[in-house]
Amino acid sequence: MTKFALKGLFGRKLRTALTALAIVLGVAMVSGTYVLTDSIDEAFDAIFNDVRQGSDAVITGRAAFDLSDGSGSEAPTLDESLLERIRELPEVQVAEGGVDSESTVLVDRDGEAIVGNAPSIGFSIADGDSPFNPLRLVSGGWPGPDEIVIDEATAEKHDFAVGDTIGVQAEGPIQEFRISGLVRFGETLSTIGDATLAGFDLETAQELYGKEGRLDEIAVASSPNVSPEQLVTAVEAVIPSAAQVRTGERQANEEASETNEFIGFLRTFLLAFAGIALFVGSFVIANSLGITIAQRTREFATVRTIGASRRQVLGSIVLESLVVGILASIVGLILGIGLASVLFTIFDAVGFTLPNTGLVFNTRTIVVAMLVGTLVTLVASLRPAIRATRVPPIAAVREGATLPESRFARFRTLGSALLTTLGFAALLFGLFAPDLDTTALLLALGFGTVCIFLGLALLSARFIRPLAGALGWPATRIGGAAGTLARDNARRNPQRTASTAAALMIGLALVTLVAVLAAGITSTFRGSVEELWADADYAVTAQNNFSPIPANVGEAMGDVSGVEAVGNVRTGDAQAFGDQFFATAVSPELGPMLNVTWVEGSDDVIQELGDDGAFVDDGYAEDHALELGSRIELTFANGDTDTYRVEGIFDPPTGGSPFGPVTISAEAWDRHNENPRDLFSFVRMEGGQTDTNQERLDEAMREFPNAKVQTREEFIDNQIGALSAVLNILYVLLALSVIVSLFGIVNTLVLTVFERTREIGMLRAIGMTRRQVRRMIRHESVITALIGGVLGIVLGVVLGALLVARIEFIDFTLPVASLIVFTIATVVVGIIAAVFPARRAARLNVLRALQYE
Amino acid sequence: MSTNGAVVTASDLRRVYGEDETAVHALRGVSLEIPRGDLTAVMGPSGSGKSTLMHILAGLDQPTAGDVSIAGTNITRLGDSDLTKLRREHIGFVFQFFNLLPMLTAEENVLLPLSIAGEKPDPAFFETLLENVGLADRRTHRPSELSGGQQQRVAIARALVSRPTVVFADEPTGNLDSTTGGEILELLRRSVEEYGQTTVMVTHEPRAAAIADRVLFLADGRIVKELPRSTQHDILAALETIATT
Repeated sequence: MTKFALKGLFGRKLRTALTALAIVLGVAMVSGTYVLTDSIDEAFDAIFNDVRQGSDAVITGRAAFDLSDGSGSEAPTLDESLLERIRELPEVQVAEGGVDSESTVLVDRDGEAIVGNAPSIGFSIADGDSPFNPLRLVSGGWPGPDEIVIDEATAEKHDFAVGDTIGVQAEGPIQEFRISGLVRFGETLSTIGDATLAGFDLETAQELYGKEGRLDEIAVASSPNVSPEQLVTAVEAVIPSAAQVRTGERQANEEASETNEFIGFLRTFLLAFAGIALFVGSFVIANSLGITIAQRTREFATVRTIGASRRQVLGSIVLESLVVGILASIVGLILGIGLASVLFTIFDAVGFTLPNTGLVFNTRTIVVAMLVGTLVTLVASLRPAIRATRVPPIAAVREGATLPESRFARFRTLGSALLTTLGFAALLFGLFAPDLDTTALLLALGFGTVCIFLGLALLSARFIRPLAGALGWPATRIGGAAGTLARDNARRNPQRTASTAAALMIGLALVTLVAVLAAGITSTFRGSVEELWADADYAVTAQNNFSPIPANVGEAMGDVSGVEAVGNVRTGDAQAFGDQFFATAVSPELGPMLNVTWVEGSDDVIQELGDDGAFVDDGYAEDHALELGSRIELTFANGDTDTYRVEGIFDPPTGGSPFGPVTISAEAWDRHNENPRDLFSFVRMEGGQTDTNQERLDEAMREFPNAKVQTREEFIDNQIGALSAVLNILYVLLALSVIVSLFGIVNTLVLTVFERTREIGMLRAIGMTRRQVRRMIRHESVITALIGGVLGIVLGVVLGALLVARIEFIDFTLPVASLIVFTIATVVVGIIAAVFPARRAARLNVLRALQYE
Repeated sequence: MSTNGAVVTASDLRRVYGEDETAVHALRGVSLEIPRGDLTAVMGPSGSGKSTLMHILAGLDQPTAGDVSIAGTNITRLGDSDLTKLRREHIGFVFQFFNLLPMLTAEENVLLPLSIAGEKPDPAFFETLLENVGLADRRTHRPSELSGGQQQRVAIARALVSRPTVVFADEPTGNLDSTTGGEILELLRRSVEEYGQTTVMVTHEPRAAAIADRVLFLADGRIVKELPRSTQHDILAALETIATT
């Protein structure tokens, strides 16, 4: 029986290969994800370890709580005098102080800021030979006063060489430095993503960052025979309470933790898409196998007549699937390595360059990919395999024997309807049941969605006739007899068409869901900005639209001629009621510029905040039982604590609030934050939006290349633009599932062509041209694809509407343009899927086809 | 069209399958003419080359040497699309296994050649045709709802609907019981008489060959005997002579 199974497999190489393809892509995605994230992980580990390589201990300022990267908040600095005291310790061999900043923006030759999605890192280098220096000189020398070293990659990309002058913007306006040398980070990395590096001598850096006499950290190397732990204990005795010391290793781990969280998230995120692709792949496998087994009915009956038991028939099919699963997993595993490089490129193309030290291939990757691929194939093969065992031996001698109907066939409609209902019930429960934790919510959503997909896949077989009739109408008009035959063929085996279409339905439902959410976010956001933006002419943000920028940009705007008022929105980490959040702070000028809906308090809340006033959003007020006059104790990043009185409660616009949960005055904020940063600055000018005014602001902005001036429309477009980058990534990842379902259509068509060989021979004999045969297959493919596409789009809109109903800050908007694009894409998928099967069908030799059994 | 009224002519047809020692000579020089309005039966034991001959005459297979003309066109060197067009205009097929499309009704199956060619049927002709083949009350049935005999009637109507120059029937009764087979033969004969339909029928049944105006006997790739319209008995006798030589 084993031999029978394997012989059969290799006797049908093409069919086997096509079936395997469906799972190959999913496995490739799994292994690609692991390879990609392991590689990023290793690259980042290399970075963080290199940074702390020579440090046995590191002293830093102690923040009141864990600060998030890029929040605009920094840990308090250390006084420079501490360095001397550390150096005097007998346990200390070398100690160096340093300052650094993640917003040290380099400026290219056209005066444009060099910014990507990665940080612009700048720091001081005490001494080129210092054990703490993670940089390696490629050319030139280490920087002296008013000099800079930059990374090789950036220099190359923007055409800078040693001896050139380059502009740098950190806290203040743009400053010029002479490039003393080009550097490389660590030993292995040529680039750390698209981050830029800038190194200065200590004094230059302190001045640039506005930290004269202050240090962000002190790196320490221990004397011989002193362990890092002993060193830490010795240092702890002399540092003030606002400082902390960690071993170099712990510091590296600490610094890597946020990145590791990100990589973990990225891994889960990509694996989710791999899971979707595998789920779609399992549909394709089950369907292909089902068709193959139906076609082999007589073969199974024959082996039954010569004495094979049901168990042996089952065993042989399971063995076949096992072999297919293993082979597909091996191929997928290898393809995954290629996919990882492709993913690097894709992320790069959408402006999200990741650091790379070469691809990492762990044992875990092999184990998981092989297991997942093989198991999914096995599970998908079970239903068709069990059906095959029900072939009676008598079928061997019957002309045109078909597979017996399943025992449960008559319950199929009811069962699938129940499954679909159950799915929606789970989904609704997940969305609207109060107080679900995240895991329960995701479980309910996941389970519900899977049930809906399975249920609809089975249920849709009932609606194939009318669906094919409606969606096949254009085919009958443009395809003539071939089109009509295509429509009839699509209806011929509703279950087969339904399962083939279902695979595509899944991909399109998810794509549509994403589009519905995106449209909702976009239009709601636009509405909110239009509602909120009152008496202001321009907005200033960072080039990347979201990073907080140094507050002196806003200050500089105030000096531009024609500017009547500048209203700033500061941001940073703060803590109240034990929870950490992004707090905001506003300058009084902002009051008339924004049209805030006040639930409590006067319209002049913003102007009248003063030293100890605060306003909160209504959700936060409810959560913490706040009303006008309530007290809020805020803790700032540097550990300062102050109490504020609630002066106003506002209703945040649906599309997103410009303020955090708690907002105080900018004046009060600056008292507790050394280097305050603005998320936005709004500008009102005499004469409003005019070309002259725009020019004046742009001129002033030349000093701050990291920031940009935008009109309201530009502001909206820019903010939405960030969303579309995320959308594109989602679309690319979902495209993988669509490709898998495309292979599903190819599979079904190829198998169908096998099955209808004699019929095609007859059609050719009575006058059908090759072109008409191709057209017939193509139209059938497009009709099948359209069934999947339309079901998917409708389902996606329904799911999207449900999700939007749950999410408060999005209103439902139908993304009509996207849906049209998806429909066209569906037709294209159908056309592409048909290319190979149609060619095979058209090339059939008429005579041989007529004699085909 | 040749002067003597032949619609199909073949000269010195040879067909070799395979090469060298393993080569099989299916046809070793066959020449024939099928006169207009005649029903010609081709008989012979299995392996005699009768199917190969029909396939080559119908343009489904290419001869190794020799020429075939249908309605005055030499078809042996036509490309696929010209051949397809030729089949549309000049050839009708009746197969042993009916080869109907299961999802189409009887009527749609009959009309298939016209709809593939993008033509409209002549309603009057079509109605009489359905009447004549006895399908008038079965037109909306699908093949699965029809008996074997009824399915073959649909197939014959399909072959006649485009009024082809010649109909090729390949063992048209081979898959039917003898009563039904008899009715089908009667129908074929009637189509020759009523429509003057030139027909070539390959068969191994003497009973079927007995309706033909002429019977050609093939053995070993050659025409070894020819009979004018004959009785079943004479045909059987002729077959026996061939088998013994």
